[in-house]
Amino acid sequence: MSVYSDGATTVLLAGVGGQGTILAADLLAKTAISNGLQVKLSEIHGMAQRGGSVTTVVRLGEQVHSMVCDRGSADYLLCFEATEALRNLPFLAQNGKLLVNDVSIKPLPVLTGKASMPKRVHERLGEYNAQLVDANKHAREAGSLKCANVVLLGALAANMPFSMESWEEQIRLKVPPKTIDMNIDAFHRGVQSVASEANRS
Amino acid sequence: MPAKLLMANEAFAYAALEAGVNVVAGYPGTPSSELVETVAKLHSAGVAQGVHVEWSTNEKAALELLAGASMSGARCLFTCKQMGMNVASDALMSLNYVGIRGGLVLFVADDPGPISSQTEQDTRRYANFAKVPVFDPSTPDEGYAMMKEAFEVSEKYGTPVIVRPTTRVNHASTFFDVPAETHARPIPEGGFQRSDKWIIFPRRAYQAHGEINERLAAIAEEQSGGAFNQMEQRGSAPVRGIVAGGVSSAYVRDALAMLEGEAQHAGKPSPEYRFLHVGTPFPFPEGKALQFAEGLQEIIVFEELDHVLEDEFLKLAGKHHLPYAVHGKLDGRTLDRGENGIDDALARLRAFLAADDARPEESPMESANEAPEAIQPPMRPPVLCAGCPHRGAFYAVKRAVGKRPAVFCGDIGCYTLGNAKPLEAIDTCLCMGAGITMAQGFAVAEPDRKCISFVGDSTFFASGITGVANAVYNQHDITVCVLDNATTAMTGSQPHPGTGQTLMGPKTKPISIAEVLHALGVECIVRANPLYAEEAMEAAREAIDFPGPSAIIFESPCMQLVRPEAPATVDESACIGCRKCLTTLGCPAMTWRDGVMRIDATLCYGCGLCVDACPVQAIASPVREAGQVPFAAFRKGAK
Repeated sequence: MSVYSDGATTVLLAGVGGQGTILAADLLAKTAISNGLQVKLSEIHGMAQRGGSVTTVVRLGEQVHSMVCDRGSADYLLCFEATEALRNLPFLAQNGKLLVNDVSIKPLPVLTGKASMPKRVHERLGEYNAQLVDANKHAREAGSLKCANVVLLGALAANMPFSMESWEEQIRLKVPPKTIDMNIDAFHRGVQSVASEANRS
Repeated sequence: MPAKLLMANEAFAYAALEAGVNVVAGYPGTPSSELVETVAKLHSAGVAQGVHVEWSTNEKAALELLAGASMSGARCLFTCKQMGMNVASDALMSLNYVGIRGGLVLFVADDPGPISSQTEQDTRRYANFAKVPVFDPSTPDEGYAMMKEAFEVSEKYGTPVIVRPTTRVNHASTFFDVPAETHARPIPEGGFQRSDKWIIFPRRAYQAHGEINERLAAIAEEQSGGAFNQMEQRGSAPVRGIVAGGVSSAYVRDALAMLEGEAQHAGKPSPEYRFLHVGTPFPFPEGKALQFAEGLQEIIVFEELDHVLEDEFLKLAGKHHLPYAVHGKLDGRTLDRGENGIDDALARLRAFLAADDARPEESPMESANEAPEAIQPPMRPPVLCAGCPHRGAFYAVKRAVGKRPAVFCGDIGCYTLGNAKPLEAIDTCLCMGAGITMAQGFAVAEPDRKCISFVGDSTFFASGITGVANAVYNQHDITVCVLDNATTAMTGSQPHPGTGQTLMGPKTKPISIAEVLHALGVECIVRANPLYAEEAMEAAREAIDFPGPSAIIFESPCMQLVRPEAPATVDESACIGCRKCLTTLGCPAMTWRDGVMRIDATLCYGCGLCVDACPVQAIASPVREAGQVPFAAFRKGAK
């Protein structure tokens, strides 16, 4: 791995099928382009669409050639689930920022007793200076568990250089009209969760 | 109109529509399916005017239909994934000899990895084999331009043309300026014109072969100087050259930018090299390649799947007595399979440009699967969804077979996932339609074994019917289980002949699978709802015990087509903790926590199958208690 990047910023979003990683990636891409950057977004899906591990890559910058995230090259790793965070740690860049939704979803081999969940998850994530976000709690407070992905987007936004207004604008354009207020609320809860976390540490 | 964020497959649809495409036909397959879906969406929204779009029963049907439309002068677009090219190849081989009239472009998506395919076959080889030009985009933007150019080349030279992106390009999104409305090009006046050339007699084929050779030479020369084969140089007289094609060109460009950054930071001069991106691998742009090779001593080639460009440079060296050495897949200096990446290209280029003959100690790609720490998180394999009707079908057939020796021949679709624990109901998977015919082979070789095949409804129409005819004709003792979930589920719920739904709007009469089986002469045909374990098992037993070809049609909609029923509940006081529900069905909505079985109400789809799996009636399903059939509101095609 080179420590000299090609100038683009790489954001890797990882979760479990059905958690809304793609919507979050879409909003990030649109916010970046509204700020005058080039963007490439890549999602890989196939086989069964639900319940498997999913990742989406968003690369943004003045000039962006390729659309993949190699090991050690994610400037931001936004994880929608803790086990997926562990799985994707090798992709985090040396000074990359790790944001993790503090929930665990058990895979089938664990449910049927063929495998066990990883131990010391918080401790291991802590070694990478993870910021944990209780996105499900914030989403419920905003009105629906379904907007946990927008809470996580808020946590990411707090770490990125774009204005809050430019994020909000894209959320308004994207989500169903009836859910705009809820999603904006969820987004700000995400922003603040990271801010308050930073104050504590 | 502001730029839109589009997946490359969506952008390719726009490009074809802007080129005035009249007819679009294909068969679904990851990573190609979104193109046809986009055309259908734009057609129904009134954006794409005058276009006909359809999911054909299979790839061969699609390409043959387009051959006809093209002879009438229509611009035509075919879509499939790489294995679909195998099915359509019969038509393609001859079509190239017959020639086309309206531009005919084949959009064939390859899948390095493979990420969701059976093979790592390379469509550039097909292009060479069929003698058809191929465009190989490195980015969505380039693919968009290539799609338009492909129609021009096709019509100018009267040849089918392939556009071959790979998964990373197909599923990448970026911003495009697209028109508010597109119009199909009018069919030329008079339409089809009779001519001897449309009939492929041997004499004509001989003549056509000459024409093919001539046009390939002309296309090679034209593209050689075109925008899709680009050369860049650093330094005045570099001796090292880098060749890349497809998405690998994007990786190499990123890696080269990083190397220049490194050099700058270290205060060293930037590395000297010449770089060639080959966007038209066949016919090979020899003129451009000769310019590129001038003065080079070493060439390294980055490409995925096969060593197509590497072969070309070896050939070029021999033909022109050029003194360079070629490195790539053949000498192990690049990966011989799977995907390339930026990191990988960076490590290899750093060694190559430093004139370091040693291979990089460890390719980042090769070690990507190793855990960074001792403890690896548990795998999260794809599983049949909660509420998937296939689970009940597998459960029924396994129980009906009991301890008798049996083989379960699977096919291509979600139901391949039935191979996993705890169901373990799939023993083989080869290619589309093969389950039905492979079962017949087992039956011939081992008459005492129960030979069962599983086939989805879409696969049945795509390539299952001829296999059933063979079973009846040759009287093979097999049982065909048609898993009729009323859609092509795995690729994202596309309609098929059994649904009656078309992409053009009006609903046609669905073709009945039972009537097809009956017409083919299958004498034992039973139907069952797979969500009722006892009823389904009885039906399965009847068919399996029948001597000669028999069929079971399991009918219940894919859960992606229906709204969930009220979730099932566990009576904790009645549950004996045997976990039989979990260990026989493996439903992702079930959890075992603190010594108690639970059903996750947010994941449960209320199918009720687990009620039958519980030996002590501790699970209750509201829909069953209300005396209703789960998902009964669903009618075929009435999505």
